[in-house]
Amino acid sequence: MRRILILGGGVGGTLTANLLVKRLRARIDRGEVEVMVVDATGDHVYQPGFMYIAMGGERAANLTRPERSLLDRRVTLLVGEVAAVDERRRVVTLVDGLPIGYDQLVLATGSRIVPEAIEHFDTEAHHFYTAEAAAELREALDRFDGGRIVIGIAGMPYKCPPAPLEVAFLIEAELRDRGIRERTTIDYCSPIGRAFTIESVSEMATPILAEKGIELHTFFNVESIDPWRKVVESLEGEALPYDLLILVPPHKGQQFLIESGLAPAPGGWLPTDRATLQVGGRTDVYALGDATDLPLSKAGSTAHFEAPVVTERIVAAIEGRAVDHARGDYLGRVMCFFEIGDGKGTLLQFDYDHPPRPPKPNRLWHVGKIVFNKTYWHTVPKGRV
Amino acid sequence: MTETALAITRTIDARGSFCPGPLMELIRAIREGAVGDVIAVQSSDKGSRTDIPMWIEKAGHRLVALETRDGYDEIVVEKRR
Repeated sequence: MRRILILGGGVGGTLTANLLVKRLRARIDRGEVEVMVVDATGDHVYQPGFMYIAMGGERAANLTRPERSLLDRRVTLLVGEVAAVDERRRVVTLVDGLPIGYDQLVLATGSRIVPEAIEHFDTEAHHFYTAEAAAELREALDRFDGGRIVIGIAGMPYKCPPAPLEVAFLIEAELRDRGIRERTTIDYCSPIGRAFTIESVSEMATPILAEKGIELHTFFNVESIDPWRKVVESLEGEALPYDLLILVPPHKGQQFLIESGLAPAPGGWLPTDRATLQVGGRTDVYALGDATDLPLSKAGSTAHFEAPVVTERIVAAIEGRAVDHARGDYLGRVMCFFEIGDGKGTLLQFDYDHPPRPPKPNRLWHVGKIVFNKTYWHTVPKGRV
Repeated sequence: MTETALAITRTIDARGSFCPGPLMELIRAIREGAVGDVIAVQSSDKGSRTDIPMWIEKAGHRLVALETRDGYDEIVVEKRR
């Protein structure tokens, strides 16, 4: 029996497991292959929904389902936290000491937020990267009655790159609706020399920021928060006073990947081949989703398009044949919706060689995002789209 | 002593990394370094030739050198504050 071990039950891990079953069903039924998912919580969380808790309308309960309910019944699910990977012996050990051997390993371990990396972040800054934090931000917005809002990014890379811009646009629209826009200033802080990493998206977003009266501060890398003066300071020497501070927290990869020698410190992002998705040249270890060091959006969409690549490569190895490069090479494809506010959105579609050309914002793409969010459970994890 | 004769304290090889990777690597090194450190960042991303010098100016450090080597640029910066 050969075991394909997948660490992580997010978009990448769940979809890969289900696609492997589709391709290897007969071998699994004959007991030749086992597909196993190890997940720390056993719950699958639709993280793109967090932003909508903060922006109103969404409830945390709608964003979580048991991982078991999303996996094909042929997939073995083991709930437990990983402590270490021993690649020489091909064994993963859980925190409770359970060893699990593997023939092929898929690291779909995501990213984690580390707000504690910045002093006073926890008490001063709001964010929307957990359901709880997003609900607290919603309450803070409800209490807000005008003043200075600062929105920024406290570390790169981070999950869902358009999210802070979307939040800025949505908050601006909300404040207008509530009649308190006139007595509010909004500052948007970008760590790099423009509004967004991808130039074409930056070119789209910068005039919208100006049109909405949101002041853009470039090269603003958050260095410290002064809770007494209510000021956020940048490494570059800029200081912005705030009444409401919203910051994307710093992100890292999983600590056990660093300790197991698979990913370098301090970031913990796995060195991943941009086409094969193999980790550090290993032919039996793959990475997808947020866990990689690829220069792409950390987003469910990335994992969604990577999962078929990992699947094809593992299936080819099991079937003892050459990889079909049409299915087994990742071209960097990503697709995501982008909220602009006032019921409008746009779409970012790109790959390694083709930057996005976002269409003019309209209602269609906003509705598209809402429909995608609602139908996610029946489509993406099950490999139906 | 010429400008480029300053002893390089640390070299970051960010070749193969795409924008904003090289800039973010430099920012990390600046954060970890001491005033007076001279940091060289090597980048094969063409955007670094403009992004990094712009950041150096905004952040109040000093651009010591910008040289094109074999398929990559080396940008040398002195941490000033």
